[in-house]
Amino acid sequence: MEGAMRMSDQSPVAGERVADALHLDGNVAAGMLSEMFVPDLTAARTTCAHCGATRMMGALLAYAHGMGIVVRCPNCDHVVMRIARTPAQLWLDMTGASRIVIPATTPSA
Amino acid sequence: MTTAVASSPKARPIAWRIATVVQTVPETSRTKTLVLDIPDWRKHRAGQHVDVRLTAEDGYQTERSYSIASAPEDAHVALTIERLDDGEVSPYLTEELHAGDRLELRGPIGGYFVWDVTHGGPLFLVAGGSGIVPLMAMLRHRAAAFERASAETRHRVPARLLYSSRRWDDVIYRDELARLMKEDSAVEVTLTITREPPPNWIGFQRRIDRMMLAEVAWPPAERPHVYVCGPTPLVESVAATLVELGHDPARVKTERFGPTGGMV
Amino acid sequence: MSEPFISRGFHGRRRPAGTAGRLPPGQYVTPDFPVLSAGPTPHTPLDTWDFTVRDMGGRTARWTWDEFKALPHETITTDIHCVTKWSKFDTVWEGVSVDALLTDAAKRGDVEPEPYVLAVCDGGYSTNLPIADVMGGKAWIAVQYDGAPLAPEHGGPARLLVPHLYFWKSAKWVRQLRVMEHDQPGFWESFGYHNYGDPWREQRYAGDR
Repeated sequence: MEGAMRMSDQSPVAGERVADALHLDGNVAAGMLSEMFVPDLTAARTTCAHCGATRMMGALLAYAHGMGIVVRCPNCDHVVMRIARTPAQLWLDMTGASRIVIPATTPSA
Repeated sequence: MTTAVASSPKARPIAWRIATVVQTVPETSRTKTLVLDIPDWRKHRAGQHVDVRLTAEDGYQTERSYSIASAPEDAHVALTIERLDDGEVSPYLTEELHAGDRLELRGPIGGYFVWDVTHGGPLFLVAGGSGIVPLMAMLRHRAAAFERASAETRHRVPARLLYSSRRWDDVIYRDELARLMKEDSAVEVTLTITREPPPNWIGFQRRIDRMMLAEVAWPPAERPHVYVCGPTPLVESVAATLVELGHDPARVKTERFGPTGGMV
Repeated sequence: MSEPFISRGFHGRRRPAGTAGRLPPGQYVTPDFPVLSAGPTPHTPLDTWDFTVRDMGGRTARWTWDEFKALPHETITTDIHCVTKWSKFDTVWEGVSVDALLTDAAKRGDVEPEPYVLAVCDGGYSTNLPIADVMGGKAWIAVQYDGAPLAPEHGGPARLLVPHLYFWKSAKWVRQLRVMEHDQPGFWESFGYHNYGDPWREQRYAGDR
C-alpha cells in the first residue's frame, strides 16, 4: 500500500485502509485517559510496537467496544492500547505502544 | 516495554461537575444548542469536547461525548446536539432537557483536535453533518480573538470552510455562516447539499470528492492547518484525498463521529 | 457522602422486565442486535477459510468451508446476554454443535480432549472456556443468524455460540478451537473481566464471585 510503511510522525497517510465505518479515533479515549493521566494524551505521539508507525494518539483508530476501548494502529491494525473500566478499577494495557511522547501542557488561561 | 516522557504538567485532572442549562436554542429540526453555566470551568480550546453522563433514578448510567460549539472567550459553554432517531441520549438532551435543568459533565477534553489563533493559518475546515460543531468553535474563536486583539496586533487568519449537509434545512448555523462570510472577507464558506438542494441552488450538489477538494482547499504550498470532522467514512476519505493532493499529513487533523455522525 | 446526581427525566432505552425468570440480574431486553467490535471486521473469503481443532500435541483436525457444511447442522433458538447489560430473546441460529465437531475431530485428526479450550479468531481475538461448557449441547459454531448467512459484522462466516455465558464468550470470526491442558485467559478475561462469565450469577468482572 502506498505510503503504508512510512515511519515518520504523521496523521492519515494516503492508501491506509479506509473501511469499516464502525471505528472512531483516539479522541474517544480521551475522557477515560483523563482519569489516569493528568496531561491530555490525544496529542501524545505514540509509536506502534508492531510496525513502528508514529501517530498522535487522536489519529489512531479506536473501537469503543462497550466492554472497553481498543485503540489500533491505522497502519497495521495491531492493538496499541486497551482501556477497560470495571466497577472497582480502570485497566490500561499499553504494551502495543513502544513509546509515548507527551507534549508539555499549555498554561491554563 | 513502554516509556512515557512528559514535560512537567501543571493541569489538574478533569473532574465530573454539574452544569446548569441556561438556555436551549433550536438550530435545525434535528439539532439544538444547550447553553450551559459550568462552575469552575477551565477555559477550553476550540475543538475540544466534553463527556456528558446521564444517571437514571435506578442508578443506570450512560456517557456520550459532545464537541463544544462556543468560543473559549464566551461566558457560557455551548453544546450543539444532533438528535439521532435511535439514540438513547440525544433525544433526552434535545427534547427533555430545559433551562434550569442540570447536566453532569467533565472536560474540556482533547489536545489533538484543537486550534488556537496562535497556530496561525491559513485554516481549512471540512465538515460533514454535525461535524461542523467543533469547527464552528474554531471560527467563533477566530472572530473573538480578532475583536479582543489590539489594533496593532490584530490580524484576520484566512479561513475556508467546506461543509457537507443533506438538505438546506440541515445546515447548522446557516445564518451565522452567511453573516460571517459577508462581514469578513478573509472567510470563505462553501456548502455542498447532497440530497435535496433548494430551488435555484447553484452550489455543489454532491458528496465531497477529490475534484471538489482540489478546487476549494488552499493549495498545499500554503501549508494550511486542516481539520476534518464528521462521519467516519467522510473523514477518512477527505483526509486521505488531501494527503494525495499534497497536503502535509501532520497538518491534517481528524475527528471521527461514527458511522452516522453522532459522536458515540 | 454526597448523593449521586440524578438526571431529571432520564430513563434510558431500557424496557421493564415483565420477563421474570428469563432475564438475568442487571440485564435489560433489547429488540436490537448491537454490533460491538474490538477491531476491524475481517473478510476471509470462503475458499480460503478453514476451521481447525488443535490439541496439545499439535494434532490438528481441519475442515474447509465445504467440509464444514457437510457436518450435521442444527437450528438453535436461544436468549443471549451481553455483559454490557443488553439481552436479546429468542435469537435463531444455525450451526454445528461443538459436540459433533469434537467427535469428528477425534476421527479426522486424532485430537485428544483436555479440560479447557481456547477459541482463536481472525483479527486476534480469543476467549477461553472449560471444555465442559462447550459440550453437552451447550455450544455451536454458528454460520447462520435469523435464517440468513451470518453477516460479517456479527461474526460471519462463523462464530462461536455459547448462550449460557455472557456473549463475549461467543467469539466472532472463530477459526480454531485449541484444546488446552491449562486454562489460558483470553482477550477480555485477561483484562478486567470474569474468567467464566455466568450471567445468572452476574459474573461480569474479575473478582466477582
